Parts: sequence; C-alpha cells; structure tokens
Amino acid sequence: MVTYRAIGSLSRFSAFRILRSQGYIRRNFTGSFALLTRTHINYGVKGDVILHSEFTEVMNEIWASDQIRSAILISPKPGCFIVGADINILATCKTPQEVTQIPQEAQRTSEKLEKSIKPVVTAITTKDRKTVFGAPEVLLGILPGAGGTQRLPKMVGVPAAFDMMLTARNMRADRAKKMGLVDQLVVSLGPGLKLPEEWTIKYLEEVKISPKRNKGLVGKLTAYAMTIPFVRQQIYKKRTKGLYPTPLKIIDVVKTGIEQGSDAGYLSESQKFGELAMTKESKALMGLYHGQVLCKKNTSGAPQKDVKHLAIPGAGMMGAGIAQVSVDKGRKTILKDATLTGLVFKGLNDKVEKKALTSFERDSIFSNLTGKLDYQDMVMDAVFEDLSFKHRVLKGVEAVIPDHYVFASNTSPLPISEIAAVSKRPEKVIGRHYFSPADKMQLLEMITTEKTSKDTSASTVAIGLKQGKVIIVVKDGPGFYTTRCLAPMMSEVIRILQEGVDPKKLDSLTTSLGLPVGAATLVDEVGVDVAKHVAKDLGKAFGERFGGRKSGEGFSIYQETSLKMPPKSEVSSDEDIQFRLLTRFVNEAVTCLQEGILATPAEGDIGAVFGLSFPPCLGGPFCFVDLYEAQKIVDRLKKHEAAYGKEFTPSQLLADHTNSPNKKFHQ
Amino acid sequence: MTTILTYPFKNLPTASKWALRFSIRPLSCSSQLRAAPAVQTKTKKTLAKPNIRNVVVVDGVRTPFLLSGTSYKDLMPHDLARAALTGLLHRTSVPKEVVDYIIFGTVIQEVKTSNVAREAALGAGFSDKTPAHTVTMACISANQAMTTGVGLIASGQCDVIVAGGVELMSDVPIRHSRKMRKLMLDLNKAKSMGQRLSLISKFRFNFLAPELPAVSEFSTSETMGHSADRLAAAFAVSRLEQDEYALRSHSLAKKAQDEGLLSDVVPFKVPGKDTVTKDNGIRPSSLEQMAKLKPAFIKPYGTVTAANSSFLTDGASAMLIMAEEKALAMGYKPKAYLRDFMYVSQDPKDQLLLGPTYATPKVLEKAGLTMNDIDAFEFHEAFSGQILANFKAMDSDWFAENYMGRKTKVGLPPLEKFNNWGGSLSLGHPFGATGCRLVMAAANRLQKEGGQYGLVAACAAGGQGHAMIVEAYPK
Repeated sequence: MVTYRAIGSLSRFSAFRILRSQGYIRRNFTGSFALLTRTHINYGVKGDVILHSEFTEVMNEIWASDQIRSAILISPKPGCFIVGADINILATCKTPQEVTQIPQEAQRTSEKLEKSIKPVVTAITTKDRKTVFGAPEVLLGILPGAGGTQRLPKMVGVPAAFDMMLTARNMRADRAKKMGLVDQLVVSLGPGLKLPEEWTIKYLEEVKISPKRNKGLVGKLTAYAMTIPFVRQQIYKKRTKGLYPTPLKIIDVVKTGIEQGSDAGYLSESQKFGELAMTKESKALMGLYHGQVLCKKNTSGAPQKDVKHLAIPGAGMMGAGIAQVSVDKGRKTILKDATLTGLVFKGLNDKVEKKALTSFERDSIFSNLTGKLDYQDMVMDAVFEDLSFKHRVLKGVEAVIPDHYVFASNTSPLPISEIAAVSKRPEKVIGRHYFSPADKMQLLEMITTEKTSKDTSASTVAIGLKQGKVIIVVKDGPGFYTTRCLAPMMSEVIRILQEGVDPKKLDSLTTSLGLPVGAATLVDEVGVDVAKHVAKDLGKAFGERFGGRKSGEGFSIYQETSLKMPPKSEVSSDEDIQFRLLTRFVNEAVTCLQEGILATPAEGDIGAVFGLSFPPCLGGPFCFVDLYEAQKIVDRLKKHEAAYGKEFTPSQLLADHTNSPNKKFHQ
Repeated sequence: MTTILTYPFKNLPTASKWALRFSIRPLSCSSQLRAAPAVQTKTKKTLAKPNIRNVVVVDGVRTPFLLSGTSYKDLMPHDLARAALTGLLHRTSVPKEVVDYIIFGTVIQEVKTSNVAREAALGAGFSDKTPAHTVTMACISANQAMTTGVGLIASGQCDVIVAGGVELMSDVPIRHSRKMRKLMLDLNKAKSMGQRLSLISKFRFNFLAPELPAVSEFSTSETMGHSADRLAAAFAVSRLEQDEYALRSHSLAKKAQDEGLLSDVVPFKVPGKDTVTKDNGIRPSSLEQMAKLKPAFIKPYGTVTAANSSFLTDGASAMLIMAEEKALAMGYKPKAYLRDFMYVSQDPKDQLLLGPTYATPKVLEKAGLTMNDIDAFEFHEAFSGQILANFKAMDSDWFAENYMGRKTKVGLPPLEKFNNWGGSLSLGHPFGATGCRLVMAAANRLQKEGGQYGLVAACAAGGQGHAMIVEAYPK
C-alpha cells in the first residue's frame, strides 16, 4: 500500500528525462507534453536520517525553476520515509540553547513546504502492514520538534493529535487515512512488466491524486467544539497525568500554538525541545533506545543453517506463546500437545479482533502449526521446570534427532549447564528465557554455557530476532541475569511488608517510581510459592546475600501471622523504602556485570527494562548509576547495610566507580 | 519439441506452403479445406488419442444474456436453467431418457435450489431417473461442468451428458446478520415461554443490518475490479487501450448479432412477459463517450470503468456432450471435439486474473500444438484491462522468465482470430454460464469461418484459470 500526503493537486505526466545528482538525494525530473513539469525527488535515506542542507538545496531549486510546477517526494527504500532526525546530534549538545537551534531550522523548512506555491506531494511506500505513522518522540523524552506539535492538531484534530503525541501510538496506513493524516491510499502493484517494487514507484509518479478532504460530521463537530475555550481547557486538563515531564510540555506547546498562533507555537516548541533534550529522563530513554538497537542485532554472526522448522515439546502457556511468535513469522512449528494449539489460535484471533490481521491471514499463519511431535531443525522445550524431567526430555529428543539440531531449553531457574550435563552434544544445548506472556513481552534472555558453540548461539539468536524479540545473551549461572536481579528486590518487598507497610501503600510507592505494576501486586502475580522456590535456589547458590528468611503464604493472610518484623525507623521513610528496592536491584545487576554474567551494561539495561519493567525513565540499572552518581548509591547501600547487614554490601565494581567519579558504565 | 516442428514450415516460402498444404491436407479431413481458404498447416492432424474415447459436442444453446434487473428480474435461477435445457431439447431433439447425467455450474447460489441442476432438470421434463449435480468454480463453473462431463465419458462411466451453467444476478441471497440468525435459530430450539422471552430480550436493532453476498475476494478482501485495475497498471495498459478494446468487443458482437451468427441463442418466453430473442447488453458507443466515464474501482486515477468491464448478467447455457460413437449411432452430426484441457491457479492477490496466460501455454504443450495452430481464440473478457494485461504478459519474455518459469514468452494470440463474435464485455457474463458460451462460440466459429482448432481460456476468482482445446468436427 502506498500512502499520499498531498499539499496540492497534480495531473498526469509522462517521463522524458532523468537527472541524477551527487549526494543522498536523487532528483528525477519528469515532464509532460502540456509543458507542466514536476520533480520527482527520490529521497535517499541514509541510516533513516536526512541531510537537512541537501534537502533545502533541492527544494530551493524547485522553487526557483520556472519549469517545475510540482514535486513529489519518494524514498527509494521501500517501507520507509524520513524517519526523523539523528538523535546522536542531540547527544553532542551541551546546553538547552544549543539544542533549541536544531528544530528551528527544520521548522522553517517544513513551514516553507506547507506554504509552498508549488504543489508538493509525499508518497510513502509501506511494506505489508509494517509501516506505521506516529509521533514517537515522547518515547525518547522529547517532543516532535519540526513543527509537529503545531501542524498535527490542525490536520487530525486536537484530541487525536494528543493521542498520537502523548502515547506515541502508531497508525497503520488505513487508520491514518481515516484520521486525515494521509490523503490517499494506493495499493501497490503486483508482478507486471517489471519488478513490482520498481513499477509501483513509477505508478506513483503517474497517478492522479485528490487532496480534498472532507471532515466527517464528527470532525466538524470537534473542530467547532475546539473553538469554545471551556472545552479546550477540559481537553488540556484531561491529559496531564504521569511521571515524565514530556507530556506536560507537549500539551503546553500545543496550547500555545492554538491560543497564541503558530509563531508563538514554533518558538515554544523549539524552546521546550531544548529543555526536554537535556533532562535525565530523556537521556535515560535515549540510552535505552541505543541499547535496544544493539540487542536487535545478531552479534554471534550469521548461522550456518537457516532454521525453518521448530518443535516445542511440552507446552503450557509458555510453549503456546513461543509457538505463536514463531508461526507468526512463517516458521513451521510443531507443538507437542495438540490441545494447546487452541491457545495459539486464540492469541492470533485476538489480533484479528484488533484488526491487526485478517481472518484469512490468521488461518494461513495458523497452518504453520502442527500439533504433534517429530523433531525438527531446532527443538525448544518448554516442559515443566524440573531438572530430572528436563533431562528425560533431552535424552529422549537426542535419541531421535540428527546431529545438527539445536536443543534450546526454556527455563527461568534451572542452570543450563546442569541440563546440558546429560547431553551427548553439549555444544548444541542453549538456554532461552522468555518472559510471560511470550507473545507480548519483547525481551528474550539467551543463556550460553561454556560449551555452547558459536553457531548454536547464532542460529538461536536468529530465530529470536525472527520472532521479533529484543535479545540479551548472558552467561549461565543461577538465576541468569534477570531472575537474579529480581530475586533480591522481591525478598526486599517481602521484608518491607513484614515490617508492616500496607501493600497498597507499597504499590503506590513503587508505581510512583515508574514501575508499571506495584511491587506487592507483582509478588502476588508471580506467586509467593514461585518466589520462594526461586529464592531458595538462589539462596543456596549465593548464601547470605540472598537472605535465609522465611516467607509467608501470601499477603492477605500474611499480616495476621507471627512473621511480622519490627520496622527499623532509620531506613523506613518512603524514600528509603523506594531506595531499598532500587539499590538491591541495581547492586545485583552490577555484580552480574562484575562476574561476567553480563557482557555489556547496555544489555543489562535492556534486560531490566524490557523483561522486568524496570522504570524506563531511569533507563535501566546501569544508566541509573551513571545519572544519579555511583557515590550516592553506595552511600545509600552503606546506610542500609548498617541496618540489615550483608544483603546491602555494595559490589566491588560499584565501589570502584565511586573511587573514580569520571568512570561511567555508558561512555 | 513442437516449436522445432513448426519452424521449418514457417520458414518455407509461400509457394511451397501452398504445395505442402495440398499434399498433406487430403490425407486428413478433406472437405473442410474448401470452406477454409486461409487455413494453415497444423502441427498435428487431430488430437484424437489412441484408446481414449472421443468426446463430442452435439450442440449447445443459451438463453439470451440480459443485463441483470431487466426482463429476467422476477425469475429464479432454475427457471433460466430450465429454459436453457428445454431449448437444448428442442434444438437437438435428443430423447430425454438417453441422457445419463446432468451437470450445471453456478456461482451465487439461490439457497432454495442449491442443486440447481436437479431442480431445472426435473422442471424441464428430464427423467427423474437422471441424476444431476451442481458445481462451482467462480467464473469457470460451466467449464468445470463440461470437463466433469468429459471425464465421465472418457472414463466410460457415461455416454450422454448435459452440461451447462446458470447465473441470475437480478436476485442474490441477502441474509440476516449472523447475530440475528443465531437468535432465530436459538428461538427455534427454545422450549418454554421464559426461554423465548429471555432470548428475545437479547435482540438489538443492529441485528437487523443485512449481510450482502461478498463482492470481494475472500482471501484478500479486494474486489475483482480493483485487482483488475492494478493488474492493468502493472502491465502498463492505458485507459484508451482498454476503451478501444471494449469498443471492439461491442462492435464485433453487434456485427455478429446483426448477421445472425450467434446461433446458440434460443428465444425464451419469459412467463408474464414478452419473448426475449437476443442479448441486450451489446451497446457499441464511441470512444469520446467512454472517455467521459469515471473510474469505477480505484478513484480517482484508476483506468477500469463501467464501459470497459463486463456487466452483471442473467443467463443460462446448456450443451449436449456425447461419446463420439454414441452420437454417430444416434445419427447426430457433432459440431466439435472437446480435447485437452487444463486448470491452473496462482496468487489470488496480484495475479488474480492472469489465468489465461498461465493456462494457454500449458494446454498447448499438453496437446502438442502451437499458437499458430489455433484458428479461433475465445477468451473470457472479465475486463478490457484484464484481457490486455494477459496479452502483455503473454508477449513479455521478462514475465515468462521470472514468473512462469519459461525460457521464452508465450506469444500473442493474433487479434484477427480473437473473440471475433464479441465477448463477455459485450455479450454479458453470467458467471456460471459463460464457459459453455465460450466453447459454443469457438465451435460455431470453426464451423462458420473454417479452421480446425479453437482455444478457450478464462480466468476466475480465487486466482484460478482454465483453458481447453476445441477441435472442429470434420464436415
């Protein structure tokens, strides 16, 4: 599908000459017999970023030439357009004033485009349903800086614009058309006289488009309602919740634009942009963004053999979830338990109800799943977390599969090297830790043992990437990385509750930190029994640092029992409670890096944020240490250590960081 | 192999060509020659195969094809099918009890007569001992009916088959919504007043929104016209070319109608109305008039319009197919043999209407013929753009190499042999009935214009296609 954003109208043309120029922007000049001429600017996209100066140069050429009557902007990279500015540019700026300069230039160009006397059309080729429209700046803690806050409300109405800018919601092409964000949808061409992709671009140059947009009744009504100040105030007010400074600023800027005109709006936009780019939250979020990009790459290199078939012995929720993300991406998948295919179907059907898939696509995806078991290129077991049972499955599977097959075990508490101990081919055994629900959680933690071969790791990562996961690769060890960091925090939650803090209060304390779910609720959801089981395993492995206290049966009955502990007043303020949770987590994460479980701090941040919902505004444990200074954290830890003992002893690496204040995890 | 064989003939000078023809022809069916002055030498003398029964078309008829919503609008599909069957009985005078089996094709089924073949056969007075079934394969349903018959005869199961098709677009089943249907079915099963009332309380007004038969492809949710427009664009078929082709179709159909060539049409006395004697969709217009129309599917820049698409049509067709020896024993003079046929299918999204391109080379290869051997092409015209896109695909080496797995292009059917008596664009296209019309047009053209082989091809929803070779019966 191809989407058009028109700022004018066009008639038909036929090509007569093509010019190419140096640089990233290619210019195709096409003209017609009627002496109407237009430029087809092929947008070279370099790393998804445009070079602003070149663009201005071309546009000036267009405006200056009296031969050219209209222009159309197309990216030659299918499924893509100008994705946005390079956020690395922001990283080089030191002060808000410096950052403020950046959007001002872009604002001027966009405004010039908007007011252009010659029609300019933008055509975006979309790939399948993957290409989306959105204003995702809020996810980086900044705001749409090139006039987006001013133009978007005009195009789609204030409520819809807020929805896009504040929640970073993505719109597929059909939805964008309905909203009025695009003027016309063109379905791409199939095979013909040339390759479909090439031909579609040519087709785009030729089709007529009509930019006239009639706002529906609802649109007209909203537009009218927005002229009433009282309604406007209500709309501004409704959106002012949350932890991050960005949404408030966005509302502010939009408000300025509407109330005081677009000049004031542009000014306010660029100033707020500058302020926001310098906040800690924004820095944390941008760090996460870089980490995520890193974890979407296969660092182990290309696998020797492309895995086309998957088998999942044992299922349950986890197996079904893994199966769903696998069939989704066209992998032939076999699920041991035939009754569980129903779960996968349900997951896909939910997507149909959300209109992310058609019922036909659902059926054809579902046909990749078979509910029986003969072994395939890669076997991923998701059987019950019991070592002897895993051993039985591994031996059973190895007896029948050829040598090149990979055995990937899904587990959270069991060490992979112990599972691999009974294997005939330990180099082909690898661990995978999916997070529940597997079809929604983005993170995949992969566990390699000493013996795991590089190719095994590469092909498992390749599969994970195909499943659309963000992947961190960690060394084998009790609890791996994520579980190991979560466990001390969980035991701290239990201690806090034992000290008599109301679970509801604890929930609100933790959500105000930025956790999506309150800590007490989380423990309830994980299940105290599971938490206990894990804590016992890890306690065995790490001794004193992991407690040795008894845990209760669940918080509702908890407070009635004799497990209550007297609170220690010196470390029981609200802030102390928050920091007790945070610092135990962070301390353990740093220990993991120190022990080599983690390869890089970036992976640690990604794992914590994507797998354990560590507050994104803090950017992950390592980013948190960088931004809040290691010294302060160590001070906190020492204070807690004095009250509780060894659980809070700062790790060596953390102590090293306090000794040399310039040392950072993220340089 | 076949191409190698044809090359020497092609390269011969004209004089020797004539000589060759005279030396070869007398060996085969002789009398045909004099009626056909322009006939070329054939790669094969006949497509008869040893040990396989020859299947012949004795004759075929159709009701006049009418725009939907005109004279047939109060009928039911089996009424139209019955008219075709009685027309066939009159035309051929075949004794009803001789018919072994009846097969009909249809697409949009009337739910009351889902086996429309049986209902029409009973109504037309066929023996109640003659079984009948209905097939559906979108626009090639009648083709499927015929080839099913061919299979039954060739395998020795039957000797005499009636195959046909029917479509009545004036009336289509419009259903209650699924929720309403569910409610009504549940009400049927409710036992007590209380149960009934509690069910009725679940009723909501939106349950009354009707459900129309799908106009779009189920797998892609795209309408066929939209797909045709994209196909035309993919093969760079211009609006003008499409309008010109549509005009050609209408002009040729008009000419054929005026000259009385459409001999397969039988008059039909519509109950309570006048007798319908001819097709009413043939309307030659001018290019200027056609250029005024707005695109029908892709607005505002598409190229497929109402004038260059086939229209919704009511109509029925029927054909008497027999084993050759049976037909001869009964004293018939058959019109044609039904020879090799081929079904193909491809991507229902981007190649929805390219069936003829894929089916044509395959059926020719199977029969051991070349494009040059064909004297009468009868292709189904769903849209001008579709026919022209197929032409361009057949004429493109690039397409043949990249999408068909062939080394060279299929080759273009010569336009002077192509749909000479009009096509679906002008005569109309009752989905289930068109296949028989195509075969009868090919057979009748071979009889009238001379020539030995005809090629019938059609595309269908679902990305499927069909092609069949029709061989003229020696006079």
